Amino acid sequence: MTDYLVNATHLKKSFGANQAVDDISLQVKAGEIYGLVGSDGAGKTTTMRLLVGALRPDAGEITVCGYDVLKQVDNVRAQVGYLSQRFSLYEDLTVLENIRFFAEVRGLSQKEWLPRSMEILEFVGLGNFKDRRAGQLSGGMKQKLGLASALVTRPRLLLLDEPTTGVDPVTRQDFWQLVIKLVSAPALSGVEAQAPQRPSTADFAKSASSSAQDGVSVIISTPYMDEASRCHRVGFMKLGRIIAEDTPSNLRARLAERVLELRGDPINTLRHIAHHDGDVEDVAAFGDKLHLRVKEGRARAVIERLTGVIAAEGATLLELRLVPPTLEDVFIALSER
Amino acid sequence: METVIKVENLTRRFGDFVAVDHINFEVHKGEIVGYLGPNGSGKTTTIRMLLGLLAPSEGQATVLGYDVFKQSEEVRMRVGYMSQKFAIYDDLTTLENLTFYGGVYGITDKARIQHTLELVGLKGHEYTLTRDMSTGWRQRLSLGIALVHEPKLLFLDEPTSGVDPTARREFWDLIYELAEGGVTILVTTHYMDEAEYCERVGVMRDGKLLAMDTPTALKRTIIQGDVWEVYAHPLERGLDLLAGVAGVDRVGLAGDHLRVITRARADADGGVRPEALQSLLTEAGLGVEKIERGEPSLEDVFLSLAK
Repeated sequence: MTDYLVNATHLKKSFGANQAVDDISLQVKAGEIYGLVGSDGAGKTTTMRLLVGALRPDAGEITVCGYDVLKQVDNVRAQVGYLSQRFSLYEDLTVLENIRFFAEVRGLSQKEWLPRSMEILEFVGLGNFKDRRAGQLSGGMKQKLGLASALVTRPRLLLLDEPTTGVDPVTRQDFWQLVIKLVSAPALSGVEAQAPQRPSTADFAKSASSSAQDGVSVIISTPYMDEASRCHRVGFMKLGRIIAEDTPSNLRARLAERVLELRGDPINTLRHIAHHDGDVEDVAAFGDKLHLRVKEGRARAVIERLTGVIAAEGATLLELRLVPPTLEDVFIALSER
Repeated sequence: METVIKVENLTRRFGDFVAVDHINFEVHKGEIVGYLGPNGSGKTTTIRMLLGLLAPSEGQATVLGYDVFKQSEEVRMRVGYMSQKFAIYDDLTTLENLTFYGGVYGITDKARIQHTLELVGLKGHEYTLTRDMSTGWRQRLSLGIALVHEPKLLFLDEPTSGVDPTARREFWDLIYELAEGGVTILVTTHYMDEAEYCERVGVMRDGKLLAMDTPTALKRTIIQGDVWEVYAHPLERGLDLLAGVAGVDRVGLAGDHLRVITRARADADGGVRPEALQSLLTEAGLGVEKIERGEPSLEDVFLSLAK
């Protein structure tokens, strides 16, 4: 037994000449949100399918909740909820009937699924819509129903494959608040006992985890950095490999004191000036501003020097300052290695 | 500055539903303007009207000096359109796809097609079947198809969805080059990562254009308080406590911490100092690891406007 809910080592999977997953190892702890971040074709979906035993790896080992995925796939599936990119709902069935369908497929009796479903529907905010047909739900509500269906077996591990693709920012925000609540279910400690109660959420989140201490673990895939920044740990994927893995804060810290934001006019002149500075490694245009990546320890020198050059060239400098690096800055810097 | 798009009181109703509700904006030559909003906010309806595909119920619009409704042919000859859903023929090569779409616009000049290939960085990949290309390369081809008739105005619909930051950066470098060459660009998207690349961003919601400005100005004018990243445990309890603090506009769960947006700056009237948040949480028995200043994001802007 390990301390990890998911422990995968040296996974490989190819489809013909395409090495979709190329020596990936990843560990996920209980109560953790792990983000697989990369472009379409980076290997995110293949990795997820390997983890649930839907695909067999060419090499490598995986345990999920202590079970060997290659040998005990049924035990694994009983512990896992999976929301795929194109999850299917039965549009003619009501919200509750959809959940019932998923529950019965997974072998739950009515005694088990009915009370649980109501709890879950309250949790995702669909309590008042249980009798509405799925086809009449908005995009965001369908997504929540998808999540609810994946939760009905009370999984310890939830795999979400690009769950917010095509969804607007407000709905995405709502969806993420649910996911974070799901994993941050506080242990039944003294502190929790005094907490102001928000019954549906807290109770469900508690009962969702199979043991009192552990929240649900989530592995989520996304190509978007604003989503990546909400995960506890992130693995940046490129060409079937994880090129970096850490918490968002630690990933950003790799470029600490090395990203400058430059605003002014004309922006193209500023870009050329920045490009020609020997201490500037990279210049990225972001709309009305530039992000400069400078060599370690050179930020002050660059700010002084560029301020002079920009004035000498007759351009206008509105702002030149150190900013916290974004995950996007970090991903690009790592990709260049 | 030359005005490329001018929209006045543009309105479109479908029955009782007002898809686009009296919007006004201008876009100048060489500008890159983002049009940000959820599905159903009226983005696509606006673009369809600008392309002359849909008549307005009220108001007017000119594109490149032409009235979009009376002179839609003139408009369409001079604009390019690239969409994620655009059909690239999978079993044709890059060159064949470009030649085919060039033909649709009556472009048969081989040099023009070669020039387009170079422009989007696909030289050397003329004979690659498009189904063998990565998403990033396919997006370049889509861009090439939209550019083959040398449009003065380019509409991009979520041009870089599904690619990683490196490919997105490379794509945007192309767009900046085009804009430098005088092409005007209007990008519709509901992704903040994309909107950040635009020089100005308009925020649409329920058919209304709620704001349009540079990303920097939007962050400063719409988010008038501070952003604090609060690392406290347990999270949910912290969420409840901070949501009840006077002067706090919004609290959200942000993975392993809480993101707090205040109504006013810490040193202003009604501002909230981080020390105050710290002691509130500590006194309630929460563990506070650290409180850091955060940067407002376009998502914060959007969520504030959407309220």
